[in-house]
Amino acid sequence: MIAVRGLAHRYGAAEALRLPEWKVAQGERWLVLGPSGCGKTTLLHILAGLVRPSEGRVEVAGQDISSLSGKNLDRWRAGTIGIVLQALHLVKHLSVRDNLRLAQYLAKAPQDDARIDDTLGALGVGAKSARRPSELSQGEQQRVAIARAVVNRPKLVLADEPTANLDDAAAATVVDLLSEQAARHGATLVVATHDARVKGKFRERLEL
Amino acid sequence: MNLATLSASYLRARPLNTALSVILLALGVATIVLLLLVVGQAEERMHRDARGVDLVVGAKGSPMQLMLAGIYHLDAPTGNIPLSSALLLAKNRFIKKAMPLALGDSWRSYRIVGAGKEYAEHYGAELREGRFYQKPMEAVLGAEVAARTNTRVGATFKGAHGMGSEPGEEHEGAYTVVGVLAKTGSVIDRLVLTSIESVWQVHEEHQGPQDDADRKALMEAREVTVVLVQYASPLAAATLPRQINSQSELQAASPAYETARLFSIVGVGIDALRGFAAVLILAAGLSVFIALYSALEERRYELAVMRTLGASPGKLFGLLIGEAIVLSLLGVALGLLLGHALASVLGAWLERRQHYPVTGLEWRPEELWVAGIALGVGVVAAIVPAWRAYRTDVSRTLARG
Repeated sequence: MIAVRGLAHRYGAAEALRLPEWKVAQGERWLVLGPSGCGKTTLLHILAGLVRPSEGRVEVAGQDISSLSGKNLDRWRAGTIGIVLQALHLVKHLSVRDNLRLAQYLAKAPQDDARIDDTLGALGVGAKSARRPSELSQGEQQRVAIARAVVNRPKLVLADEPTANLDDAAAATVVDLLSEQAARHGATLVVATHDARVKGKFRERLEL
Repeated sequence: MNLATLSASYLRARPLNTALSVILLALGVATIVLLLLVVGQAEERMHRDARGVDLVVGAKGSPMQLMLAGIYHLDAPTGNIPLSSALLLAKNRFIKKAMPLALGDSWRSYRIVGAGKEYAEHYGAELREGRFYQKPMEAVLGAEVAARTNTRVGATFKGAHGMGSEPGEEHEGAYTVVGVLAKTGSVIDRLVLTSIESVWQVHEEHQGPQDDADRKALMEAREVTVVLVQYASPLAAATLPRQINSQSELQAASPAYETARLFSIVGVGIDALRGFAAVLILAAGLSVFIALYSALEERRYELAVMRTLGASPGKLFGLLIGEAIVLSLLGVALGLLLGHALASVLGAWLERRQHYPVTGLEWRPEELWVAGIALGVGVVAAIVPAWRAYRTDVSRTLARG
């Protein structure tokens, strides 16, 4: 699913990331661990094709990312990757349903209300579809963000510090939900975190 | 969901900014549309009323006043001229058609015009009802006069001296309405037509018994107000006005020249309004720019997230341009509506005061230009913000928050 070799990334002269070799198989669930500033976010952005690495080869879902550019890369990302961000960044002026529909629209996928309802329902926020994000609790917003990441059935779900700012119970729930949703859609899951509370959740771990 | 609904949804979430841009644009567009309608319709109307009239001949005074009174029946006449001069003029070899008119009275502030049948024919007026006048003290009403005063054939009325909004004393003799004209869209619609003899008769009453000598004296003293002249050949333009103006009691005014002069005087005001409207439209463009640009900082995550969901940079560019287009379309639509509504209100007000009719229920091709330019200003204003959205560095933006 993911094959990384000789990866290095620098911002200016400062090295942000070095990862000689990493392999992830289809359907696996990984934690990427390390303190702040160790390059977790950079790695996730490289896997999503949002940043071009300074060195090395990255293959995701059988695709050499460096061979894609511009519109092709955007289209590939839309069809392959689902991202959950630490600050959830739901679009404020759109309802929950429209936040998911936005994901379908931007991915040029069919705008499918049944699938949106199904996805929201599986995350327990089916009743909130007409609400604005600001009307939801933090936990509900988390679930909507996860729903938005998986609504297009991505092959790879990336989550960047999804448990920061959450209490213990909520943190555990979010990781469980991510894991559950990835399994439901047959997606591979990579969670970047420095949160000690979730360390034991997955067997596969990458220390940066 | 598409680009338009996405743009509209964002604008709905910021009603105040959206309203400001839309209203500024609408005011600018409305001002220009109103000007187009009013000036355009006035020009058309003035051209139609003056068609086929090459020269207005009347008493000495202001040539513009002579034209306004003689053709458009808007101003008071400069005075009267002897009938003999008018008759002499009609024999001039440069003149193809000479239509003498006797003015001075009005009925319910509609002007009574003493004229021959050829005057109505000149404007292509046809009878809708009744017949044309044959004897003195018979009158034919223009379409608008009949409709506004609710008068039918067979009614009688008395003319009042003077032609302003406050008419003078009523004359003794009563006119009988024998016919009503169909609508022509020209000045005839707002006139009461009668024979020249009627006008003379009304003003010559109370003169007691008349013998032949009296009648002869009367005949010599008879006057008309203006003569509308059509040239026999273009050559006439070179000589006839000078020839007439050299006669002590006569003055010739060229409608073409005088209307051009009138519009050049009024034109200063029109240009000022036009400039004002342009400033409004530019201000609207600036407001679109500020609204979109200042929101970029706040929206940078929203835009970055859209990129993570698969939006291309071009999509973000299109999104902001789309927002500007939605704003501009709203502004233009509202402006067109407002402009036409204002023209209708102005038209209703003018109609009551019997000036030139203005209607808001008419479209002018120039409005398309105005709409296009306003739309263009909105879109151009969005280019810089849209370019910045295009350049959003997703990774760096997301790494910050």
